[in-house]
Amino acid sequence: MLTIGLGHYLSVAAILFTLGILGIFVNRKNVIVILMSIELMLLAVNINLVAFSIFLHDLGGQVFALLVLTVAAGEAAIGLAILVIYFRNRGTIAVEDINLMKG
Amino acid sequence: MFVAKDLAPLVPELFVAVSAMVLLLYGVFAKGNPTRTVVWASVLVLVVALVLVWQVPAGRQAVLSGMFVTDSFTAVMKSLVLIGSAVSLVLSVGFIRQEEMERFEFPVLLLLATVGMMMMVSANDLISLYVGLELQSLALYVVAAFRRDSERSTEAGLKYFVLGALSSGMLLYGASLIYGFAGSTNFTDLAKLFAGGHGHVSVGLVVGIVFLAAGLAFKVSAVPFHMWTPDVYEGAPTAVTAFFASAPKVAAMALFVRAIISPFGALVAEWQQIIILLAGASMLLGAFAAIWQKNIKRLMAYSSIGHVGFALVGLAAGTSEGVRGVVVYMAVYLAMTLGTFACILAMRQKNGLVEGIDDLAGLARTQPGMAFALAVFMFSLAGVPPLAGFFGKFYVFMAAINAKLYVLSVIGVLSSVVGAFYYLRIVKIMYFDAPGEPFLHPMPRELGVVAAVASLFTLLFVVFPMPILNGAAMAAKALFP
Repeated sequence: MLTIGLGHYLSVAAILFTLGILGIFVNRKNVIVILMSIELMLLAVNINLVAFSIFLHDLGGQVFALLVLTVAAGEAAIGLAILVIYFRNRGTIAVEDINLMKG
Repeated sequence: MFVAKDLAPLVPELFVAVSAMVLLLYGVFAKGNPTRTVVWASVLVLVVALVLVWQVPAGRQAVLSGMFVTDSFTAVMKSLVLIGSAVSLVLSVGFIRQEEMERFEFPVLLLLATVGMMMMVSANDLISLYVGLELQSLALYVVAAFRRDSERSTEAGLKYFVLGALSSGMLLYGASLIYGFAGSTNFTDLAKLFAGGHGHVSVGLVVGIVFLAAGLAFKVSAVPFHMWTPDVYEGAPTAVTAFFASAPKVAAMALFVRAIISPFGALVAEWQQIIILLAGASMLLGAFAAIWQKNIKRLMAYSSIGHVGFALVGLAAGTSEGVRGVVVYMAVYLAMTLGTFACILAMRQKNGLVEGIDDLAGLARTQPGMAFALAVFMFSLAGVPPLAGFFGKFYVFMAAINAKLYVLSVIGVLSSVVGAFYYLRIVKIMYFDAPGEPFLHPMPRELGVVAAVASLFTLLFVVFPMPILNGAAMAAKALFP
């Protein structure tokens, strides 16, 4: 019988986090996908925190996870708001069109 | 346990936060356009907060279960942050009126960002570090996109948001690993764990420190995490760029220093190479990439990347002397940057603000005062003695040499020589090129005052360096008990 240990949780979180980062850099289509990738990264962190919290018998990690959730909600709201005003100006949210300034 | 005396060290933050909310309500209910009132009230709030910062009980106070700490380091850094925010607000007065972004939310957002920065400076726990950082970042994303009808401003806001959120994610991932492998998020507990070189340093912990450093490097815009800086600086409204380049840089640097030195001071060997790499790459990129820039805001972005590199040299040393160098550097950098942006904000022609370096041609003949001030800042940014910028570099390099970081010091000196090229080119354009279209007005009064005070500071630092040096030494001592 397979027991699920800390390592499994950490692996899942690491995979999700990598997917999130890849989603930001590889994706060339849509900024909404980037917002989703950011959420994925934060959720990976939450899995990490909660898993560690259980295995360390320490509540601090869960408190941290709750705060991360709250801030992530605020972050998503602001991100979407900026996206809306951007769309009003440019009429597109394709990633390859975000190129007015280059360096 | 939460007790009332816990609140004493928190008074400055509480004051700014409550004032921000009161001003927000006032802005909503006031008749007419309350922006001017709110801006000047916000400046007043920041000045009062500056006084309050020095009224908190002296010595090291750790409150809220050790999450929030005040000592002389936080007092000095918070003063710099508050001065930076207040001066950028003063700089923005004329700008927001002429650029049709006169909405009272602007100063309120700046106040909220300042609360976040003060939290960052005082953070003594990974949790309060993250919350403070996000309070600051969320407000900054919004002000970057504050000109809702401008394509460039909204694009700057969007880029800043995406890359800022990415960096927060990396920082959090690092924080979660540090929590898991060390068993605590509190800096004091972590420091106890590693004190005296014992305590097992696992690979997970080192990975966590690397992620944390990467996230923080994003916030201070150190190479290789600097990609957002030029675009955001160029696209954001100029008054907002002036703010970005001043107070948040100082706060992020203070956070970087504390989050590395305070918990992991005993693990110098583990993180020193990361900081050396960040510092060396930032100095080189700041020196070389700026050479080809035509837009002065973009040039200032590369310049700020370079300066962050110089300041990080002090952190790389990992000694009390190095931290003193960082504090001196940030104080000097703040004065030079605010002064330069005061001049940039005065570059107004018939069709509005201009940002090209060529637009400065022949400024010495049309506006000798402004040209002189800008020349002082450029010489100082280049690090020419006896101006303030030279001493900033001098103290970090001294610390680096005493810590036996010879290669890094040589890289630093060489890149400051290369950097001098593009700073001095601006001086050459102002003094020796034929005048182009002159700027419309003489400098507005508030810009003139800021530029004059900043250039006096830059010029006279050599005569009266002791207040800054003593303050920095006191601040550094607080981090090395």
